Amino acid sequence: MRASFRERLGRFGLLGPAVAYVASVAVIPVVFTLWLSLRKQMPIFGISQFVGLQNYLFLMRDARFWGAVGHTGYFVLVAVTLELTLGLAIALLLHQKFPGRGLARALVLIPWAVPSVVAARFWEWTLNADFGVLNFLLRTRINWLGDPFWAMHAAILADVWKTTPFMVLLLLAGLQVIPEHLYRAARIDGANSWQAFRHITLPLLKPIILLALLFRTMDAARVFDLIYVLTGGGPGNQTETLVIYAYNLLYRTLQFGYGSSVAVATFFFIVLLSLAYLRELRRTWQMRE
Amino acid sequence: MQNALILRRLLLFAALGLILSFVLAPFAWQVITALKPTAQLAELPPLLPAHPTWQNFGTVLGAPGFWRACLNSAIVASLTVFLAFALGVPAAYALAKLRLRGAQLVLTTLLCFSMFPAIANVAPLYLLFIRLGIRDSALAVVIAHSVFAIPFAIWTLTSFFKEIPDDLYRAARVDGCSHLGVLRHVVLPLASPGLLSVALLVFIFSWNEFLYALTLTASERSRTLPVAIALFPGLHEIPWGEIAAASVLATVPTILLMLVFQRRIVSGLTTGAVKG
Repeated sequence: MRASFRERLGRFGLLGPAVAYVASVAVIPVVFTLWLSLRKQMPIFGISQFVGLQNYLFLMRDARFWGAVGHTGYFVLVAVTLELTLGLAIALLLHQKFPGRGLARALVLIPWAVPSVVAARFWEWTLNADFGVLNFLLRTRINWLGDPFWAMHAAILADVWKTTPFMVLLLLAGLQVIPEHLYRAARIDGANSWQAFRHITLPLLKPIILLALLFRTMDAARVFDLIYVLTGGGPGNQTETLVIYAYNLLYRTLQFGYGSSVAVATFFFIVLLSLAYLRELRRTWQMRE
Repeated sequence: MQNALILRRLLLFAALGLILSFVLAPFAWQVITALKPTAQLAELPPLLPAHPTWQNFGTVLGAPGFWRACLNSAIVASLTVFLAFALGVPAAYALAKLRLRGAQLVLTTLLCFSMFPAIANVAPLYLLFIRLGIRDSALAVVIAHSVFAIPFAIWTLTSFFKEIPDDLYRAARVDGCSHLGVLRHVVLPLASPGLLSVALLVFIFSWNEFLYALTLTASERSRTLPVAIALFPGLHEIPWGEIAAASVLATVPTILLMLVFQRRIVSGLTTGAVKG
């Protein structure tokens, strides 16, 4: 049965505004970024010209760009691995039954609600080389944020603190839908807790783990706030990630053309990372059906 | 047997204590710092101030810039929620209940756009807002936040609306209810917990967002709290005590929302992910 004209008008009225709005504020700007990335655009010098792929050719030889790719990759790999491990452990713990569980769950989620900028301020002060409480407690005098090695790991620590709760939250939701009778059956068959975890929990949790990894990877790859406040990309650009580099090009040196090229490259970097998970995720779903 | 159980409990609470101290320590340290007199900030030990003072909180709360930033954040976050609902609710209703051809495609496309990194469209928005003369206004930040908020709201609301039995929807339609009528009398009342979840998540996202807020504002007139805290003014030396006080205050609203509405927030975050 074909929908009447009035019916179709009604549908259009429901969906149309949202689609038109998203197209104009989300789709068109992205296309515009692509266009900018093919231009040399420096408003303060009055430069605005089409240069084709020149920016991208420069990008291939830009050591600072490849440095940022390396920093971002390392940050994502270490932070997300730690978040998954820690998140899984905490989720399993909070899945147990004990008095005060509701309160514990609420408290664990607090860092998720803290703005990243504020989280960065917390850690900046805790890790302060001269007055920081961490150096005091460890009886060390490490310049956490001024040393290239420690600065990167300080940013990772802050990210782990801020986003592990999100991991916990998703994994807990996944744990709650695993039927209890599977564990009972396993116990009757003589399986110990490790075997139950290995052969029931992990396989059934796999889709959620992959999904959580996907979300976290995409999010960690565009890290900005934490590093902007903690180190500003320093010392000596050693913690400069892709988004920080693009931001610096766009807003500190006002190179809208080349900055856009780096932004586009960042986007493809994230897409490439995500595709790996999505393939695995699709396979897991197909196996389930 | 009894002993094994007690040992297990003991281990569990030890692990829990460890986790909670990691989670709460930085926050607690910030509160302690905020309560220290400026002269004692550089002194360790003692860990705790002998004479806690409200001076830092007083300075922050006495600064007009701080209140302005709070107000801006509240305006931006509320308007973003409003915009996300005004456009998102009808769209999600259509996608969940009307068996549209291509609905899945629309949903997937929206999801993709909600996951675009902000850096991919911040430059055009910036240039556009300058041309329109609305850079450095709450409106600019609201529009930028809606880039994420609207696709997210549609995606999550659609899965909440799908949970409402189709029979109810069809019965109302047969009784001659218009789409808006069904939405108002059937869908919205039944999905109100879901609506609350989405409103909370969008509000918290917008309250915390930094990259757009940083680039699209230029003065105290429109700066939101995260920007104000990141660019905290220090004339000669960094005012650690005041930064601590301001950052604690900026976190209070979201933490309160989190503690009060924990269930709703968790269900909002997991509905799109687990069931979608």
